[in-house]
This record gives sequence, structure tokens and C-alpha cells, in this order.
Amino acid sequence: MWSYLIRRLIEAALILLGISLVTFVLLYLVPADPARQIAGRSATAETVANIRAQLGLDQPFHIQYVRYLGNLLQGDLGRSYLQRTEVSELIAARMPATLLLMLAAIVVELIVGLTIGAVAALRRNTPVDHGLMVFSFVTISAPQFVVGILLLYVFAVQLGWFPIGGYGTFAHLVLPAVTIGLLGTGWYSRMMRSSMIDVLAQDFVRTARAKGLGRMRIILRHVGPNAILPIIAMIGIDIGLFMSGIVVVESVFGWPGIGQLAWQAIQRVDIPIIMGVTLVSAFFIVLGNLLADLIAPMVDPRIKLK
Amino acid sequence: MNTETTNVPDQPATAKRHPAKAVLLAILKRPQSAFGLIVIVAMVLAAVLAPWIVPYDPNDQMFDGLSLEGAPLPPSAKFWLGTDLLGRDLFSRLVLGTQTSLIIGVLANGIAVVLGATVGIVAGYFGGVVAAVLMRITDLMMAFPALLLAIVLAAIFKPSLLIVALVIAMVNWVQMARVVYTETRSMAQRDFIEVQRAMGASAPRILIRHILPHLIYSIIVFGTLGISTTVLLEATLSYLGVGVQPPTPSWGNIIFENQTYFANAPWLVFFPGLAIVLLALSFNLLGDALRDALDPKLKGRH
Repeated sequence: MWSYLIRRLIEAALILLGISLVTFVLLYLVPADPARQIAGRSATAETVANIRAQLGLDQPFHIQYVRYLGNLLQGDLGRSYLQRTEVSELIAARMPATLLLMLAAIVVELIVGLTIGAVAALRRNTPVDHGLMVFSFVTISAPQFVVGILLLYVFAVQLGWFPIGGYGTFAHLVLPAVTIGLLGTGWYSRMMRSSMIDVLAQDFVRTARAKGLGRMRIILRHVGPNAILPIIAMIGIDIGLFMSGIVVVESVFGWPGIGQLAWQAIQRVDIPIIMGVTLVSAFFIVLGNLLADLIAPMVDPRIKLK
Repeated sequence: MNTETTNVPDQPATAKRHPAKAVLLAILKRPQSAFGLIVIVAMVLAAVLAPWIVPYDPNDQMFDGLSLEGAPLPPSAKFWLGTDLLGRDLFSRLVLGTQTSLIIGVLANGIAVVLGATVGIVAGYFGGVVAAVLMRITDLMMAFPALLLAIVLAAIFKPSLLIVALVIAMVNWVQMARVVYTETRSMAQRDFIEVQRAMGASAPRILIRHILPHLIYSIIVFGTLGISTTVLLEATLSYLGVGVQPPTPSWGNIIFENQTYFANAPWLVFFPGLAIVLLALSFNLLGDALRDALDPKLKGRH
């Protein structure tokens, strides 16, 4: 167990190192000149050169990267080119909003996804099952910006039940959380359906039925928990899906999280912020995968650590 | 299907023709996948026949395409799906957007499939250091927030149709590589491959003649499902303004251009959105049916 954990931690660290390198190379290639952008259009060539030297942009690539990495290890993500603030502070200030959205989205997808999957499994091969499975396919086939804009149109513009965007109250949270959660709903409902079908076919369910237990009791007490456990272990992997969605969804709803921060930074070529958000997202994805790999064997002893 | 596996590597041509008919039948028998196939065929036809289908020039900013106040027109007998903010016919633009979506879908996914399958098969067959390096690269790609990576890439390179396709392919090849890697690895240890190796067959020959035919089914299934991901990614990039650039119509950039006005002209978001969902959904339904029809291991779970 311990050697496995240590090996996985080293692997995770190497992956993060690789991601920092790839991102750095990509952003090194950006044709737009950040120094020129900071200086403004009317600045002289001398001013631009000064700013470039100040930011270390005139140094060769490997020196820039090593310096970046050195700072990174001390928790320093650099300074925003345009906002003159520490990137770590900008991200930290926006993290609570993103985490709140993530939590709400996970609640939505678990409740909706598991319910759909369970009902589909119990009504297997009936029109109900087919309908629900088509629905789950629709949810994974709908781009989040389309879902978001349509939800806004129906529930905010037409019905006026929720605000059109922004942040602050529970009402603000509902539509973005549903938009993100809907995508996960498709995956969870399919996993839950096949997990339920597996469990329903096992001997202990037949035993419970033979003992004369009621149908509801069997499903809620015996089948449900056994079917849900292996799926709970997958939540970690879900974080990757979530992190990919926040840029779009936070932009559509004006949600002040790190996705919106990244999107604004991309438009202004504010490279330290883009790097920072990419690394933080990757960190969460790696952490999520690690947790999933560690939790799965605890939940289901048949899975062996290797 | 199990009994014929020994025949496949030697006579892939004759062994394939028969199942193809059976697969088509299986797809048409299930309402979901029949629906998917029909939508895909219809959209391909619309894309190919676009010049003859469109009632108006998709880039023509028509004087009578706007109301007297200068607002876009809702769907009517004249403009079937309404007009956009510049007075252009939405239906004509959507039909042309079909071309964009399908070209990028096929191109990007084609690159991703070839790249992914090559990486997977090479890593799976040779194992050792090659596999370790290639699979660590896929680990790296998996941990990358895919959309963020695509946005950064698309923002760096000036987006053209080819660049957008390449960016999407860069993000999408990983899944294919994983699947092919796992299957090749188990295949490489089978006796009949061992025999070929002992008889002195070269590695490329074994890979292409004896292993690839067994992987074809998985490649078809994941290739089909991959088009759906590609279509969604293209739409999202274009929606963010870093994908296909106007005036070339794409379903994503139509929504991007018109979203500020969506509260007053919802059709400008609804119809392109519907087109995206329909195409992505159809490839998902088709891929799912293909998996059931082609992969006997998964039968009975549905």
C-alpha cells in the first residue's frame, strides 16, 4: 500500500512537471508580444525593450523555464502582466467560486444520474429504459454553451425564476450547476445502469427475495448501496470533465471563478495567468485520478493495487 | 463470432464482407441507431449538395432580411429559420455550417485515429521503454484540461480550418491510443503472433497483416464515437471565437456572432444548437450500436 502510494505520488509530480513544461513551451510560442501589450501602442521601442528585460522575456528559453520552475516550487505562480497582481492571489480569490460550482455540479449529477441509471436498470429493455438512455446520450452530446444559453433563455429570460448571470445567492448557482452537472449525468446514469444490472443478477439479491423482503427494501437496502459504491469511486475522474467545462460555463453565466479568469487572460494574452490556471486545473485532475485509484480498491476489494 | 477470429488475419477481405451486412442490419433494427444513421446521411447529403439546397447566398446581407427597426427576422415562409443580426438567411448559413462541421469532424478525427492507433499499436507491440515513454505521454495528455489546451493552442496559431482540425486532433488522439494499446498488448502475446515471429516475419508485417485486422472493430467504434467529441469541440472553440473564423459559417460561430441578441432572437441560438446536438448525438448513437454489434464481449450487458 505505502510503496504504491509513494510511486503514484512521484508519478503525479512528474505529470505536473511535464504539464508545466508543455504549457511553457506553448506559451513561449505565442506570437503576441506581452511587453508590447503592457507598454501600450504609443510606447517607444526602448520602453518595450525595458519592460521585456524587466520581465526576463529577453532571456533564452531554458533560463526562463528554470526560473519559472524555481518560483513554482515556492508556490509563486508569477505576476499577471496586465493586472500587476500575484497570479496565486488572483487564483486564490476566485477558487471558492469554482469549488462551490464544482460541488453543486457533483450533487446535481449524482442525484439525477444515479436516479436515471437505477430506474433504467429496474425497467431494463422497456421503453422507459430506452427513453432514459437516449436522454443520457443527449446530455453528453449537447455542448455546454448551448445548454447554458438555452437554460438562461427559458428559466431566466422567459420565466424569470433565476437571475441572468452573476454570483452571490443560491439562485445564481442553480443554472450553472445544472449546465455542468447535465454532462456528468449522462456518464453516471450509464455507469449506474450497468452497475445495477450486475448487482441485480447476484445471488444475495435472490436470497433476499427468497426471504420475502419487499421489493423497495431490497432495492434501497441491498442493491442500491452495492451498485453505487463503485461509482462513487469515479468522482475523482469526473474532475477532469469539470475542469474542461468551467471556461465555457463560467463565461456564459458570468461566474467569477478561475475559468472566467482564464478566458479573460487568453483574450489579453496574459500568459502567467493562463499558465497558472492550467497548472491548478491539472493539479486537481491529477489529484482526482489519484483519489479514484486509491478509493476504488477500498470500496471494491476485487480491484487489486498494482 | 469467436470461431472466425482465426480466419480474420489471413483473409480479412472475405471475412469482412459478410459481417458488414449483419452490422448494417443490426443498426437499422434499433430505432435509436437507425435514427442516428439517417441524420448522418441527411447531413452528409446536405453538405455535399449545399450549393443546390441553399435558398440564398449564405453571406448575402439582405436588405429585406432585417425588420424596419433593423432587427433579425423570426422564421417565416420566406426565411425558413429566420435571419441573423446582419440580415443573412440562417437556414443557408446552417447548411454551409454542416460542411464546416463535417469537414473538421472527419479531418480532425481522421488525424486523431491514425495518430492514436499508431501510438497504441507501436507501444503495445514493442512494450518496454517505447511503451513506457508513449504511455506516459498519454498520461500527460489525460491530465491536461482538454478544452483549455485547445483554446490556448487555437489562440496561439491563427485559426484556419486545418489548424482547428489539428488542434482538435492533438487533444483527441489519446483515448484511441489507450484502447489500441491495451488490445495490442494482449494480442502480441497470443500464440499465432508468436508463430509468425518465429517464422521470421518482420514487425511491420505482423503489425499490419496480423494485429491490425483484429483491432479494426475497436478502431471503427471509437472512431465513430470520436467524431461526436470532435464536432462538440469544434463548436465550442468556434463559439469562443478561437475556432472557425467568420465569415465562414460554423454552427459554433453562428451562436458566437448572435448570442448578445439571444433574448430577443432565440432562434439564432436554438437552431444551430439543435444542429450540433443532432449531429453529435447521431454519432454517439451509431457508435454505441456499432460497439454492441461488433464487440461480442460486451453483448448481454445491454
